[in-house]
This record gives sequence, structure tokens and C-alpha cells, in this order.
Amino acid sequence: MKESTRRKITSFSLVSAPFVWILVFLFIPYIVMFTYSFYVKKYPTFIPAFEFVNYIAIVSDPQYYQILFRTARIAFMVAGSALLIAYPLAYFLVFKIRSDKLRAALYMAVIVPLWVSYLLRAYTWKTILGSEGILNSLLVWSGFLDAPTDIFLYNQFSMVVTLTYIFVPFMVMPIYMALEKIPGSMVEASKDLGVGPFRTFLRVTLPLSMPGVIAGATFTICLTFGDFVAAFLVGGPNGAMIATIIQSQFGATLNWPLGAALSIVMLVIVLSIISLSDRLERSGHIDLG
Amino acid sequence: MNDIIQIKNVSKIYPGAITAVSDLSLAVKEGEFVTFLGPSGCGKTTILRMIAGFEIPTNGKIYLAGEDVTEHPPYERQVNTVFQDYALFPHMNIRENVGYGLRVAGMSKQDIKPAVEQALTTVGLTDKADARPGNLSGGQKQRVALARAMVRRPKVLLLDEPLSALDAKLREAMQVELKQLHKQLGITFVFVTHDQKEALVMSDRVIVMEAGRIVQSGTPTELYDHPVTPYVADFIGNSNKLYGKVVSADAAQVTLQVGSHRVQSTPGQTRYSAGDDVLAIVRPEKVRLLADGEDPRNYSIIPGIVREVLFHGSSCRLEIDIGQQQLFDLDMQLELALNTSDIGGPGTSVNLAINSDMVSVFPIEEDNV
Repeated sequence: MKESTRRKITSFSLVSAPFVWILVFLFIPYIVMFTYSFYVKKYPTFIPAFEFVNYIAIVSDPQYYQILFRTARIAFMVAGSALLIAYPLAYFLVFKIRSDKLRAALYMAVIVPLWVSYLLRAYTWKTILGSEGILNSLLVWSGFLDAPTDIFLYNQFSMVVTLTYIFVPFMVMPIYMALEKIPGSMVEASKDLGVGPFRTFLRVTLPLSMPGVIAGATFTICLTFGDFVAAFLVGGPNGAMIATIIQSQFGATLNWPLGAALSIVMLVIVLSIISLSDRLERSGHIDLG
Repeated sequence: MNDIIQIKNVSKIYPGAITAVSDLSLAVKEGEFVTFLGPSGCGKTTILRMIAGFEIPTNGKIYLAGEDVTEHPPYERQVNTVFQDYALFPHMNIRENVGYGLRVAGMSKQDIKPAVEQALTTVGLTDKADARPGNLSGGQKQRVALARAMVRRPKVLLLDEPLSALDAKLREAMQVELKQLHKQLGITFVFVTHDQKEALVMSDRVIVMEAGRIVQSGTPTELYDHPVTPYVADFIGNSNKLYGKVVSADAAQVTLQVGSHRVQSTPGQTRYSAGDDVLAIVRPEKVRLLADGEDPRNYSIIPGIVREVLFHGSSCRLEIDIGQQQLFDLDMQLELALNTSDIGGPGTSVNLAINSDMVSVFPIEEDNV
């Protein structure tokens, strides 16, 4: 074999490795899913076709967009409450803690729960919010309640609480990074120009940390969109999310075509959110250099 | 003139018992251009940050226009800072950056516009008003930082090594501009630098600092011609060091024995007696070569052999071996009648002629050696 030919083959195999990876693990699965969404259900299985019946069903049956709407609402509530918890925490870590070691340790403490099983963390809230749970026991013991209540569990409130708890690290991380990148002289310059701490925060720190907030919101919204475990564990009868429905189409209901069509709809929604957040971040593009 | 800044017995000790500034007192006159000069870690930036309000002194008081501002936060002081990294707000354009302080202070839009416009005109950047800081060059950012700091008409403008990030040519141009701006505005400038040339060119008064203390404070000429310690002499300009012993001393003249040569000097403040170990410092450009047939009695004469001739463009430097393995630098202006070829190459025997006024003598203390 000629030297040049050998070199061509080597470089080709180097380039093709990631290409094959993308083909096998991303492209083909998406194509398969996309193809299935046009199949038709025919009891007890489904047959290949090219029909829009599944998409028409999603659009015409109100239960689907009600669930989509509920999922979106829960996703935004989770993002909102995660932001309210994460921003002050990240701010405190970056600006108020003087010791580097302590800051790193506390930051790790925020991240460490991600190593614990997701199921376990969701399940924990069952034992906290349940009628025999810690919260009820505490309220009864302290005299706020006469008898345990079941209002804390199996509703949208418990889902928002659980999902916020689970996804809050994904909000803390990007905000922490964004705040850490702001040079100290930026805040000093604002104060130097006669602006007090509160307005300095509103006009300098907050705008400069917006990329982190947008990234955190994108993470939490998209993750909530795809979640069905929290709905399954603490959601109760009205807690069904879009992912719960998709999961049941592929399971008990055995309607893969409809499940695939719902998945495609969800994919489009999530991709839109990501591209929107990308555009937002770019429009407010800030060069700290 | 009044003292605009008074610093009284100020110390700053950081956690871990690191003393940045120790028991420093100083007054700055209104309209003065004062420069703190020293190597990094000498406490010059800490002083500036305490005047700005970013650091609170551990001990002592700081007065601004007669008012005790020691504990005041930065946003309640009528001083403004030009930061070393400019610290322009990246999410605002140039106009918004300059107008930021005025806008938040609640000034009306009609008043802000001309003020910002005027500040930008002063620094020559009116055409960049709508640009973002990210699209400006280093020198332009520098000017915006200046405009932003002076638009509030502060009593004192603080400049924290503002030229250190610029290249040499631009730095020289900005030195001149800053000096002119100082004259034009009539505001007190407090400048911090580690660059002695910068300090000499711009300042009315230079304060040389070492290890959190003031070593010497004076006009650039005073510092250069009459340094009070070898540290100052060494830090500002070049110097030749000659170690020797006092042979005789009176109020008018000190005679030193340096190796096998006699060197005359004026004594300055210190009283010496015969036998004292001293260090004599001579600037390279304050020495001449004795011309043929010239009377040597008016000078201290040190014979030597030229080792190296270094051409510097408008001047040249001779490295002259004066025995005892010591080299003596001599700078010569190259004028119309004098070329490098006239000087004679390495190996030429020469006589150094040193005027006694040009020799600074210091007692040798342990930390001077």
C-alpha cells in the first residue's frame, strides 16, 4: 500500500469514528422514533404506515394539551422556585464567603446530592410530606394541626417541591459560575461612582449574571419536562406529566405510534426552549474580557 | 492652598498579620498631582484603596476636604477611581458607562447628556459613544474610564496604575494627556505606579514607599538629585555604588577613601567622622571623562579602563573598570561634535571626573548593604 493511501485511511478512520458514534447513538434512534410516529395502531400491535392520525389525535384531544400545559406550568414553577433558592445561595457562596476552602466545600455540598440515586431523593419527599410523614408529625406535635393532613402529598405542590429539590443544583451551578466570572472591580467601580450596594446589585451584578440564570432556567425547565418519576412517586392522580403519558404509551397502553408522536412533540418543545435561551443569551452577549 | 486629603497615622493590617501600610501620615494639597511610587507589595495600592473607601484602615484617620471619611463607604465619598483593568461595564455602551453614576444619582436626562458629551469630548471619544467596551482598544477603554471617573467632578481623582496595560508608545502619549488633563480640570490627582519614569514625568510630588512606609516625599528633581536613602537612589534612575571609608569630614565636605582613590562629596544632612563606613552613589550621566589638558584639581579623579561601549541612540553608556572588580557606568550625550567613534573602544584608559555635588553619601546600615 502506498504511504499516501495509508495516511488517507488513517485520517478517514479518525474522522469517521465520531461520525459513526453520532449515527448509531443519535441519528438512527431519532429516525426510528420519527418513523414510528407515523405508524398506525392496530390491536394488538401496530403496523407500518405513513399516517398523521397520531398527531391529529394529539391536537384534537384536549387531554394531551392540558397535560402539556400542566407540564409546562410545573416546569416554570420548578424553575422559578429553584431560582429563588439558588440565586441567593450562589451569591452568598461567591461574594460573602471569604475562605476559598469553605466556599469549595459548600459548593460541593450542593453538588453531592447528584451522586445519590435520583429515585431515592424523590422517594425521601414521600416520607417527609406524607400523612404519616415528618412534616405532619411536626405540625401535630407542635399543635398547629389536630390530626395529620394529606394535603401535602399527591398533588402539584408536592411535585414542585420534589422537583425543585432534585434540580436545584442545576440552577446553582451556572449561576455560581456566572457570578464568579464578574470581576470584583466591576462592583467596586459601581460603588465608586456613588451607587449603593442594592442598586449596584440591580444594575451591575444581576445583569452580568443573567447568562447563568438563563442557563439554569433552561436546565431545570427541560429536565422537568422529561421527568416522570416525581409524577409517579408524589404526583397522585392529577400529577400526570407529558412524560408519564409517553411512558404509559410504550408500556401498559401499548401504543408506540402515539408515544412516538408525543415524544416528537416534546422534543420539538424542548429544542425550542433551548434555542430560545440560546438566542436570549446571545442577544445580551456580554464580553467580560 | 488647603489640604484636600489628610492621612493621619494610618495602618492597614490584613488577616494573617500582614502589614500593608504602617503608621503613615501625609497631606495632599488641593490641585496637586501626587504619585505613590514603589515596588509591588509596598502598600501604595492599599493607600489608594483606603482613600477610595474599598478598604477601612486598621488604625488612623483619613480626612477628605476636612471631613473624617475613614469609615465612609465608597459611594459616599467625593472621589473617583480609574481602575487598573478599567472596570468598564460590559453590558452598557460608552455613553451609558460614563453617565452611569449621574443616572443612578437621579440627575435629569437633560443634564446628563451634555455632561457625558463634555466628558467624552475631553478624552476625544465622542464618535465611540454608542460602542460597547468590548469593541474598544486598550487606550480607548482607558479614556472611557477617565471620562467616567471625572464626569462626577470628584474632589480627588484616584488612578491605580492606569497605564500599565498599555504599550510603551501609547503609555508615553497618555502620560502627557493625563498631565494636561490635570491642568485643565484642576482636580487633585493621586496616582499609583511602580514605573519611576512615569512618576517623574507626571507628578508635582512623588512619594516613594517601601514596606508600608514613606521613604521620601518630594518633587521629581529632589528625589533624583538628593535621594535620602540608597533605596530611593536605586529605585529612581540608575546609580553607581561606591563603598568606602570617611577620611575626613567637616560641614562643607566629606572626603572618602574608595579603594585606592579619594572621592570628595558634600555631606548633606548626616554628620560623619573619620573611619565611618559609607556608601557613595553617583548617577551615570553626572560623570564626565577628564579632557586632555584639563585641570584635575576641581574633580575627584578615578582612573579606569573602558570595557564596553553601549550605543543607546541619543546617548551612549561606557562601562568602565575602576579596579577591584568594579564596573562604573557613565552616560554620555551624543551631540553634534561627539560620535561613538570619538570615544575610543574597549581597552582605552580614561579618567573619570566626578564633581563633589554629584556624589550622594549614605551611612552604611545593615539593611542598606
